[in-house]
Amino acid sequence: MLSSSLLLFIEQCMNGLQFGIMLFLITAGLTLVVGIMNFVNLAQGSLFMLGAFVTAWVAANSGNYYLAVLVAIAAVALLGILMEVLVVSRFYHRQHLDQVLATFGIILILNELARILWGAQGLSVTLPPELNRSIELLPGLTYPVFRFAFIIFGLATAGLLYLLISRTRVGMLIRAGASDRDMVRGLGINVNLLFALVFGLGAALAGLAGSLSVPIMSASVGMGEPVLMLGFVVIVLGGIGSIRGAFWAALLVGLVDTLGRSYATTLLSLFLGSKAGASLGPSLAGMVIYILMAAVLAVCPEGLFKAKAS
Amino acid sequence: MTRFKPSLVPLGLLLLLSAIPLGAYIFDAVFALTLATRILILATAAVGLNLVLGYGGMLSLCHSAFVGIGAYVVGIGAYHATNDGLDWMSNGFIQIVAVLVFSTLTAAIIGVISLRTRGIYFLMITMAFGQTLYLAAVGADLYGGDDGMTIYQPSVFAGFALQGRYVLYIVAAIVFSLSVFIVDRLARSRFGLVLQAAKMNEPRVRALGYDPVRVRLVAFVISGAMAGLAGFLLANYTEFVSPAEFNWVRSGDLVIMVVLGGLGLNLGPLFGAAFLLVVEDLAPGITTHWPIIVGLLVLLVALFAPRGLGSLLTGEARND
Repeated sequence: MLSSSLLLFIEQCMNGLQFGIMLFLITAGLTLVVGIMNFVNLAQGSLFMLGAFVTAWVAANSGNYYLAVLVAIAAVALLGILMEVLVVSRFYHRQHLDQVLATFGIILILNELARILWGAQGLSVTLPPELNRSIELLPGLTYPVFRFAFIIFGLATAGLLYLLISRTRVGMLIRAGASDRDMVRGLGINVNLLFALVFGLGAALAGLAGSLSVPIMSASVGMGEPVLMLGFVVIVLGGIGSIRGAFWAALLVGLVDTLGRSYATTLLSLFLGSKAGASLGPSLAGMVIYILMAAVLAVCPEGLFKAKAS
Repeated sequence: MTRFKPSLVPLGLLLLLSAIPLGAYIFDAVFALTLATRILILATAAVGLNLVLGYGGMLSLCHSAFVGIGAYVVGIGAYHATNDGLDWMSNGFIQIVAVLVFSTLTAAIIGVISLRTRGIYFLMITMAFGQTLYLAAVGADLYGGDDGMTIYQPSVFAGFALQGRYVLYIVAAIVFSLSVFIVDRLARSRFGLVLQAAKMNEPRVRALGYDPVRVRLVAFVISGAMAGLAGFLLANYTEFVSPAEFNWVRSGDLVIMVVLGGLGLNLGPLFGAAFLLVVEDLAPGITTHWPIIVGLLVLLVALFAPRGLGSLLTGEARND
């Protein structure tokens, strides 16, 4: 029989893993878009939010969560491609400032559209019975099936993405684009099509992250921005343009953030007394991840996994 | 020495700034005065951001954090003055010193780390630092946490409380004019020229023996202090502080003001702030979903007028 504090620790690690995988799904596309197209997409968080809303809405109307996930991925991917063709593609050669403005405008529009379509209250989803229960992973440790499935499914997606990037022709072009996009263009590759595909893929993954997150945190307007911020930390830590870097950095951020939130209060109470610990703990916990980023940057400004030579 | 060139611009600005309270008094249009005060306060922060963004070419997304620091100094001071009887904490002079010290220090720390990087990294890191301070404000349970707190005690300067519509307007106008003057002097100084040169050609500036990072850091710190002062005024104006001041969306608003007014145009932020705030003031009258209007506007500006609204009139093409 394991001690209860150890079981709690294992459970928190699982939660951290699950959070990290969600972050990876959001940042995989983001880091490619930044790395290959040199484009800052602040609206990735909004795509995540739309994935969550569409899932909750379709699930509520059809009663089928699995169908809702599929619809949401398709819808968000389509929206992403539409965004790329209509707006984003006009900004590849512009300054970062213009890109920030454009995607900031898109955030305002998408957030408000979500408010018009689904209201400010937020939507939640009821899981199908086979996912809405807990299993006993270890003696004494029960864990929600859904979160467990999230981890497995997310890892599988990451594996597929790895195969796509490292084993297929499209993946080869994407990698080549991340290290030298002018050379890829020079070799006669239709870069516009490649860019639209990568953007759509990134949007689909963000939508997937949204779909999988609705059962854990219900869909609400503005849910994307805090996640976007953590996504940026992941990209900075992992090195721009590196999927592998994004994966490990996402797991690191997920674990540090989740463990920080559950243990900061206890740790601080040891040093500062329980009253100061209880008031400082929660706010410091949220900051741990940014302090980690600052520390990493102070040592290696290019991130932990430098992937591109821009 | 720089020669002082008499120009019509300061005179025009002075006339404009003094016409507003007169007009408000004559036509009994108090709402116009309060809106103008808000515009001037946010324009002060945007003038500071312009030094970094317009002259220095650094896209900082954490300037609302400095505004927030300035606002929380007033809020925390008022809290302790009201609840603990610590009257010195609502002393305006002490508060201003505190605002300058805290915003300068924070800007220095953020700047030292962020300026190791450039471009996309810089904007993502400043954004993340802004978020850190936002989370700190959310976690400050004593000071209202997520909900923020109402300020019952305005800043007091030697017996004069910083309250009343006309007083706030005049103070905001003075602080705004001072910040415009300072940035104008800085931009023409050797420091400002190096800053602008480093934006255009960094290797050349290095070759000339200047350290671009140090110049940028100084600009970042000055700019942070100006945003902090704007926050000090903002808290006295709204009589309320909340973590929302720190939110990066506010930083985005400041960037929009600078861009709308024209990058590196010293008075640009005034027009950018006026345009944005007037739109935000009028749009809710048209539809409750007014953020869509603002969003479309920002998107259109990014597409067609990246040199600011003025460039639409002159048809000037972007040259960088």
